[in-house]
Amino acid sequence: MNSPTDSNKPDAGAKSREERAAEEALTPSSRSVTFGPDKPLKLDAGGELTPFTLAYETYGSLNEERSNAILVFHALTGDQYAASPSPVTGKPGWWSTMIGPGKPIDTDRYYVICSNVLGGCSGSTGPASINPATGKCYGLDLPLITVADMVRAQTMLVDYLGIDTLFSVIGGSMGGMQAMQWAAAYPERVKSAILIATASHHSSQNIAFYEVGRQAVMADLDWHGGRYHDFGVTPRKGLAVARMAAHVTYMSEQSLQSKFGRNLQNSDHKAFSFDAEFEIESYLHHQGMTFVDRFDANSYLYVTRAMDYFDLAADYDGQLAKAFMGTKTRFCVVSFTSDWHFPTTASRTIVHALNAAGASVSFVEIDSDKGHDAFLLEEPEFFDAINGFLHAADRSAGLPETQDTKKDERS
Amino acid sequence: MSRSEKKPLIVGGRADNTRIDFELVADLIEPGTKILDVGSDDGALLELLRDSRQVEGRGIELSQKGVNKGVARGLSVIQGDADEDLIYYPDDSFDYVILSQTIQATRNPKLVLEHLLRIGRKAIVSFPNFGHWRVRTDLLLHGTMPVNDYLPYTWYDTPNIHFCTVRDFVNLCREVDADIEKAHGLQGNGERISFSAPWWFWNLFAEQAIFLLSRKH
Repeated sequence: MNSPTDSNKPDAGAKSREERAAEEALTPSSRSVTFGPDKPLKLDAGGELTPFTLAYETYGSLNEERSNAILVFHALTGDQYAASPSPVTGKPGWWSTMIGPGKPIDTDRYYVICSNVLGGCSGSTGPASINPATGKCYGLDLPLITVADMVRAQTMLVDYLGIDTLFSVIGGSMGGMQAMQWAAAYPERVKSAILIATASHHSSQNIAFYEVGRQAVMADLDWHGGRYHDFGVTPRKGLAVARMAAHVTYMSEQSLQSKFGRNLQNSDHKAFSFDAEFEIESYLHHQGMTFVDRFDANSYLYVTRAMDYFDLAADYDGQLAKAFMGTKTRFCVVSFTSDWHFPTTASRTIVHALNAAGASVSFVEIDSDKGHDAFLLEEPEFFDAINGFLHAADRSAGLPETQDTKKDERS
Repeated sequence: MSRSEKKPLIVGGRADNTRIDFELVADLIEPGTKILDVGSDDGALLELLRDSRQVEGRGIELSQKGVNKGVARGLSVIQGDADEDLIYYPDDSFDYVILSQTIQATRNPKLVLEHLLRIGRKAIVSFPNFGHWRVRTDLLLHGTMPVNDYLPYTWYDTPNIHFCTVRDFVNLCREVDADIEKAHGLQGNGERISFSAPWWFWNLFAEQAIFLLSRKH
């Protein structure tokens, strides 16, 4: 295996985590499916990807009618472990507050699927995967991946699982882009879609911030033109800076101010140095360092680029409404007041397009000071809205009461 | 502008479960039609119409609480503002657009009414009548803006910035080329005023008025 050996790392504790992450990229401990040369994936960038793997997790059980499946999408740096501990960090799933028995996405009722995106680094094919043509990591030899490519790969996973129609597709941020792409490209396969803190396209500002991140990665000498695996190193510093810059955009000014203010880290007097003196600095450093332990730098380039290229309206003559014309899918759009990464105006653009298309749409703006990250947190109004929408979609879809009754029969 | 804020101003609070103005609105609507409720509050009217008239309903509501309640009822409700969001709806996209107890709280009632008639084949508008005799006597005898059970706000904290009388509204309908197909007046005791009664009678005795409008062809 081609896992990096990391001779350049500062502490031993981090090393094992980074090694685990490298292993998971190649041999995920979750479920996975590999599509061989008989099922190549056509890419937007041209050409085909074959073979390719999708790593995924499922929660709950599929009913007999195969009508209770929900596809959940992770955001930029997430993984398939939405509701189960990450094998790399050991932390609970990134949406374990939302998904589970009795939770808004109720696994007693729904069969929840979450896959690692194409281009990711948690077991699905990405730049850290082995290129069968060379026996080495793809690195930058992997063609650029788009959100539509990710979704096309997911349709193959859903087919593989024997599911024709999804009860719902749900995602926040980049996950929302995937949900939107699903609803636009495969309307007949999607009964409902929940688009959270997302946008139909990256704004210039979004692209700008991610470009800062990518440039930081590529400026790190350890990046080696993307071939760092061959050199046994990783561009840790560059990737950490990328994460730090991005992380600022995920938080609101208010939450930064109330959490850290101008508090000093270790003392009550200024040291007049460039060390992490302010609490916010040390917080960001921590965010950067823990991120590089678990995420592949090239993967960060690919996935941020996929978001940059996403522009659903552009695929429909520049008119977003055309993407949804005649759709029967029920939509729920959610934004957060303090989110400036994907602000409410971006959600409203989607809502207006859905209105113009005559689609059934609900739109809730949640009052929160947590910024973009609010969609990962337990905000009661947010959870109530998801809960209410899914229940209603449930009634309208006439989802049979199979889960509980089935269980009773089994026991 | 949520209707919940203005609820006291409606002849609600009567013994029946369904508010009388809801029933009147429901009576005006053909079953199985497509409906937009502007200012849908907690979705109660849309739910009533969905269950009793099998309509395909959509709502716009300003307050987040109202939207959440509507969504929880299984309705399609978006958070939005009558003054700003109607522009995004295409022509003739609904059979009926309902503006219940909201027009007096909009910034530009005329524009809103024009949008209603553009978006819907028909528009249903209900509002409190500022020409009611109690309002007139308040001004005449006390010289103050009326504050009572159905107009509970003082002049400085009211969300209702564009009150009108029945006669004012009828004039506006003329101005925007709307045909009045039907109208209901409700007296303080909940009794309907006959459509055949003259406008001056309506204007004095209707606490509330409900109009069914369509575009002049």
